[in-house]
Amino acid sequence: MKHIISAYNFSRDELEDIFALTDKYSKNLNDTKKILNGKTISVAFFEPSTRTYLSFQKAIINLGGDVIGFSGEESTSVAKGENLADTIRMLNNYSDGIVMRHKYDGASRFASEISDIPVINAGDGKHEHPTQAVIDIYTINKHFNTIDGLVFALLGDLKYARTVNSLLRILTRFRPKLVYLISPQLLRARKEILDELNYPIKEVENPFEVINEVDVLYVTRIQKERFVDEMEYEKIKGSYIVSLDLANKMKKDSIILHPLPRVNEIERRVDKTTKAKYFEQASYGVPVRMSILTKIYGE
Amino acid sequence: MEIQNNRKELMVSKIKNGTVIDHIPAGRAFAVLNVLGIKGHEGFRIALVINVDSKKMGKKDIVKIEDKEISDTEANLITLIAPTATINIVREYEVIKKTKLEVPKVVKGILKCPNPYCITSNDVEAIPTFKTLAEKPLKMRCEYCETIIDENEVMSQILGANNK
Repeated sequence: MKHIISAYNFSRDELEDIFALTDKYSKNLNDTKKILNGKTISVAFFEPSTRTYLSFQKAIINLGGDVIGFSGEESTSVAKGENLADTIRMLNNYSDGIVMRHKYDGASRFASEISDIPVINAGDGKHEHPTQAVIDIYTINKHFNTIDGLVFALLGDLKYARTVNSLLRILTRFRPKLVYLISPQLLRARKEILDELNYPIKEVENPFEVINEVDVLYVTRIQKERFVDEMEYEKIKGSYIVSLDLANKMKKDSIILHPLPRVNEIERRVDKTTKAKYFEQASYGVPVRMSILTKIYGE
Repeated sequence: MEIQNNRKELMVSKIKNGTVIDHIPAGRAFAVLNVLGIKGHEGFRIALVINVDSKKMGKKDIVKIEDKEISDTEANLITLIAPTATINIVREYEVIKKTKLEVPKVVKGILKCPNPYCITSNDVEAIPTFKTLAEKPLKMRCEYCETIIDENEVMSQILGANNK
């Protein structure tokens, strides 16, 4: 494994190794082999981020590595008009790996063609966010001890959410029983992503129709700016809020995930239920990313 | 009769060395040059025959390029807008090779990604690259952002939106 650009870069065996490593790292984040000792990793976030940026930094530090980088392009030469290719060449000289977030689709793939050190995609536009998908399925596996045979529902903006693309793709490494795709017509998942999937999917609009069958409800934010007609948004937004009522209609052992940040798409009252696993999911950010780095740089 | 023969000769006269691209759908000769990246200042002597009668096609275009033998890769690009075209390589007035056209597996630097947020639309060094997913109907995918384009998009990009 070298570059991580897409969720497709992970095989099932690699994911299972990552699950086992993450279990180990979760027990004690600091007592690990310092596999990044003597190495410097660039954490280059051309777009600001909280969780992903900090969790990668912490993961690198825990593995004994040094971190250089930036979050937001304002303080970089990009603000002066430097192109991505030149920035990558510079990072290539200063470090042993590049963790990169960028606003444009396909930016990580382009960077990987220029770089001769590993590039890890930490989110490229609306395209993919593969390491988030590993966190998502790790959380699911932790709860159910399996991914196979579960019924999933992905809810919200399925068209522009990069975490959805990566989750749908990483699920091809397993055998989900069924994946419901719950969204307004306007925000349906991209056909080119769906065409490649090897498991059953069903597109629905009303979450109440299927919620009692679902094991994992994966919620994304519906972004107001995606709607041309504000009235349309106002009409739709209410039907895609996870209310306590909706949560209570789920199966007893079912869980709710969200890649965060959350705005108002999950009612705060749901946080107190046993189904709410999104903060636990976020807590796996550091150990999962440590495991991924370990797989890249060798145990 | 003599005038007609002279006219016919003028239209189809042989070239000594080079490439003859025949059976181009009528009106697409300029697009063929476009796909080949020929702008006119390269110095090749080029003959364009546009809207000529064809038994097989009704009307067709022909492009003759003197002293340039186009490669198989270049020939395959022509399939994007002229799948019926036949390509003959000529040496000393004789056809020495008839190139069989195949839809290219990868097209680099000719088509633009229609996604304004694709890195290829935003970085001077990122060259738009499309992989062919299906030939009939044509379906190609951007290697960077994975946007899918179809035959209509390819045609309108190469032929120009007003010249389909």
